[in-house]
Amino acid sequence: MSTVMSRRKKTEPYVRLTQPLVRDAGVLRPATWDEALDRAAEGFRRNVAQHGPDAFGMFSCARATNEMNYMAQKFTRAVIGTNNVDSCNRTCHAPSVAGLAKVFGSGGGTSSYQEIEDADLIILWGSNAREAHPIFFQHVLKAVNKGAKLYVVDPRLTSTGKWAHRWLRLNVGTDIPLAHAIAREIIASGLTNTSFVERATEGFEEFVKAVEPWTLPVAELETGVPAELIRELAHAYAKADRGQLSWTLGITEHHNGTDNVLSLINLSLLTGQVGRYGAGLNPLRGQNNVQGGGDMGAIPDRLPGFQDVTDPAVTAKFNAAWGSNIRAQKGWNLTQMLEAMERGDLTTVYIIGENPVQSEADCEHTVKRLSNLDHVVVQDIFLTKTAQLAHVVLPAAAAWCETDGTFTNSERRVQRVRKALTPPEGARDDIEIMSEIAVRLGAGWEHKTGEDVWDELRSLSPLHTGMSYRRLEELGGIQWPCPREDSLEPSFLHARLWENDPVKRGMPATFSPVPHSPPVDELTEEFPFRLTTGRRLDSYNTGVQSAGFESPLRKGETLDLCPQDAAVLGVVDGEEVKITSRRGQIQAPVRIDDGLTPGLVFMTFHFPDEIDVNVITIEATCPIAGTAEYKAAAIRIDKLPVKVG
Amino acid sequence: MTIVEIGLPKRLVELTLDGESVRVPEGATILDACTAVGKSIPTLCYGDTLKPANACRVCMVEVEGSRTLVPSCSRKVEPGMVVRTESERTRHSRKLVLELLGSATDLSTTPHVDEWMSACGADPSRFGPDAETKLQPTTVDNPLYVRDYGKCIMCYKCVDACGDQWQNSFAISVAGRGFDARISTEFATPLPESACVYCGNCIEVCPTGALSFKREHDKRQDGTWDESKQSQTTTICTFCGVGCNLTLHVQDNEIVKVTSPHESTVTHGNLCIKGRFGWQHVQNR
Repeated sequence: MSTVMSRRKKTEPYVRLTQPLVRDAGVLRPATWDEALDRAAEGFRRNVAQHGPDAFGMFSCARATNEMNYMAQKFTRAVIGTNNVDSCNRTCHAPSVAGLAKVFGSGGGTSSYQEIEDADLIILWGSNAREAHPIFFQHVLKAVNKGAKLYVVDPRLTSTGKWAHRWLRLNVGTDIPLAHAIAREIIASGLTNTSFVERATEGFEEFVKAVEPWTLPVAELETGVPAELIRELAHAYAKADRGQLSWTLGITEHHNGTDNVLSLINLSLLTGQVGRYGAGLNPLRGQNNVQGGGDMGAIPDRLPGFQDVTDPAVTAKFNAAWGSNIRAQKGWNLTQMLEAMERGDLTTVYIIGENPVQSEADCEHTVKRLSNLDHVVVQDIFLTKTAQLAHVVLPAAAAWCETDGTFTNSERRVQRVRKALTPPEGARDDIEIMSEIAVRLGAGWEHKTGEDVWDELRSLSPLHTGMSYRRLEELGGIQWPCPREDSLEPSFLHARLWENDPVKRGMPATFSPVPHSPPVDELTEEFPFRLTTGRRLDSYNTGVQSAGFESPLRKGETLDLCPQDAAVLGVVDGEEVKITSRRGQIQAPVRIDDGLTPGLVFMTFHFPDEIDVNVITIEATCPIAGTAEYKAAAIRIDKLPVKVG
Repeated sequence: MTIVEIGLPKRLVELTLDGESVRVPEGATILDACTAVGKSIPTLCYGDTLKPANACRVCMVEVEGSRTLVPSCSRKVEPGMVVRTESERTRHSRKLVLELLGSATDLSTTPHVDEWMSACGADPSRFGPDAETKLQPTTVDNPLYVRDYGKCIMCYKCVDACGDQWQNSFAISVAGRGFDARISTEFATPLPESACVYCGNCIEVCPTGALSFKREHDKRQDGTWDESKQSQTTTICTFCGVGCNLTLHVQDNEIVKVTSPHESTVTHGNLCIKGRFGWQHVQNR
C-alpha cells in the first residue's frame, strides 16, 4: 500500500496567469507567446511523428464555450488525426449520457425546468440539489409549494432531503436493488403502463425476470430502506400524472454508474413517465457546459450533434467539410487516456482548463501518469497543480466573462455567453491559441469569431442548425433539438415514443436488466466506514474558483460523521483525526452531522490544497463510461495520539 | 394520459386610461396596462417577480366609482373601467406618500425618487426635523452583505424573496409591531448565525438600497461607485449546469456587482451564493 500523507496548510487564492511558461532543465520559466506556441506545436509534432496520432490526447474543457469545445475536437480530429478527445464530464455525468443515449438515442435530460414546476411527483435520487443546484431546486420548490410530492433517495439526510415528503435512506451503492424493487412492485401491483410498454419498448420479459428476485423484504435487507417506503414510492410514481425523476452524482459516481442510470431509466419506461409534457428523466449537470462539451463532439465516440464517429457516412460528411481524414473508430476516453499514459501508448496531451491532478480519484496516481509524458501543454487561467507539471503553459481568457460564445445547460438550453471584461494583458482567447498551434502544425486555420465557429457547427449538426446567435438572443436561449430556423421543437424529448404510427415511433426503447454490483472498496474490520463525497453550497469542485471569494458559510474540509460514531471513536466536534483508506492517508477535523447514520461518513473535495480527499478515494471506474467511484470508499478513522508537552 | 392545463386563450379587456381607450388581456393589472401603453407609474414595493404586497401606496391611481384610490400594481383591469393616473387626487396622494416616506427614511439610494418628487412637488422636509426617524447604524456583520435599515420602507419584498416565493430560506421576517416593526433575522442575530445562505435574492429586489452588496457599499463609501461608468453584460454562470443568467456590472474592467435578468426562464432573477459572489477569481490579476 502506498501511503501519502497530506498535511493541512493555508493557501492563497490563485492569481491569473498572464505570461506563457516553458520548461527548461526541469523548471518552468517565462517565455514569449511565439516561443511558447512554437514549443507547444513542436512537441505535438514530435510525438505524433514518432508514435502516430493516437499518442496524442486532448482534455477539453466542460467549463469553456461550445465554440471552444467544437474547435478542440476539430483540432484533435482534423489537425492531429485521432479521436482521443474527452473532458471532465467523464468524472461526473458520462454514465448519464451513455445510459440515455443507449436507450433513447441522445444523451440529454428529457424535460425542461418549467415542466419540473408543473410535475405532480418529483424524485431526486442521489442529488443534493438544494446545495449543488440551488436554482434548479427553486423550480422543485415551486412544484412542492403547489402540492407536488417530493421523494428524496439519498444515504444522507441533506438539506434537500429535509424538504422531502419521504426520504429513502439507502445504503451507499444499493441503487440498483432499490430501483429493481420499485419496478417489481409496480409490475406485481398491475401498475405497469402496458400500452406504453407494448408499443414503445422492448426487452420487457427479460427485465421482469431480472427484477423478480427483488421483493420488498429482500430489497429492504440490501438497501436498508423500509419495504413500506419502497412500496409507497413505487405506487406514487406509477400513478402520477406527471412524474419527474432527476439524479446527480450519487447515481453516476460509482464503478457501475451507467448501470445505475439504466436502472432508473427502466422505471420511466415501465410507467410511461417519459416523452410527455411534465414527465421525464433529468441528470442535473455539475458544470456549466458539460452538456455542451458532449454535444459539440468533445467526446471520443461522437462527432458534433451526437453523430456516431464509427458511421462512415458521418465521417465522410465531416471529412468533406474539414478536408480531413477522420478514422471511423472510437478514440480513448479520459480514463482510457490516463491508462494509456501509464502504458506509454499516450505520450503527449493538450489540457485545456482542466485540473485532473486534483479532480481525478486517487490523484497521486494521476500525477505519476502525467509525469510519464514527453510533452504536456496546459492552457488555463491559473497555474493549477496540473499546469505546474506541464512543459508549456498558455495563459487563457476566462470563457464565461472574457469571450463570446454559448453554453448549454441541463435542460439542453443553449444560451449566449458574452464578453464583459477585457482579459488581463498577456492572456489570450482559447480558440485563438488553439488556432495558432494548428497553423504551426500546418493546418490552414484562419481567425474565427465565436459566431463564425458556431455557424460552422450549425452547418454540421442538425440538432443546432436552427440556433443562430440572433435567435438565441431574441428567445433567451433555445433548447436542442432545433433543426429549423423558423420553428421550435417541444420542450421535452422523445415524444415519438407515444406516436401511433410505428414509423414515426422509430426505434423502441430497451429495458436494461442490469445486475447489482456492490461498491468495489469493501468494508472490512480494518476499513469499517463508508466514505461518500459531495459538494457544499458555497464551494465548487477543487476550489480553484470558489476560493476567490470570502464566504461566511465556509467551514473548510471536515470529516462529517454521526453523533453515535463520534461517541464510539471518542472524538468531538473539531477534533483532528487520521483517515486511512487502502490508497492513502489524510487528516481532517471532525464535524458532527445528525443527517448521517452509523458507519457512513462524508467529505467534500473543495479544499485539495489543504486536505486532499482524492488521495483516499478509489479509482474503480465504470467500464462503460469510465467514471470513478468517488461515492464509495472504505476507510478507517483513528483518533490521534494526544500530544504531550 | 395526463391532461396538461394550458389555460384558455385570454380575452382582451377594454378600459379607459387617462381618457384613452386601451385593450389588455384579462387578468392584467392597471400597472400592466400603463406599462403596455408606455405610461410610467412610480412603484416601490411592486416586484415584477413577486406577488403584490400593497405596502408602499406610491402607485395609487383613481378609478371612477371607487371610493378610495386603488393600488395599480395589484388591481386587475375590468371591462369599462375608467382610470386616471394623473388626476389631482392621484397627484396629491403620491405627493403625500412620498413626503411621508422621504421624511422618515433615507431615500438617497432609491432610483428615480427625485424625479417623482419633483414631478408632484413633494417636499419631505416640510414636516420639520422632528419627523425624521432616528438614524439606525448600518449593519456590516459579514463579508458579503450590508443592511442599512435607515433606508428601509418596509415593503416586504426581501421577506417574500427569502420566503416561499423564491428562496425558501426564511432567514428574515417582520419583527415588532406598529412603529417598531422592522425586518429582522430570528432573534435579531447577526446574519452569519441566521438561516441566511447569501443568495443575494433579497438585495436583487430591494427598491431603496437598504440591502446592498458589500462591494457596492464600500465603493459608495470611498466615493468610487460610478454608475455612469458601468456597463451591464449578461452571460452565464459557471458553477453548475443549471445555466443561470448573470448580469455583470463592470466598472473600469472590474466586476462590481452581479444581478440576474428577471425575465430569464432559468433564474427569474434569482441566484445562489456562487453565482452572486463567485467572480473575484477572474480579476485576481
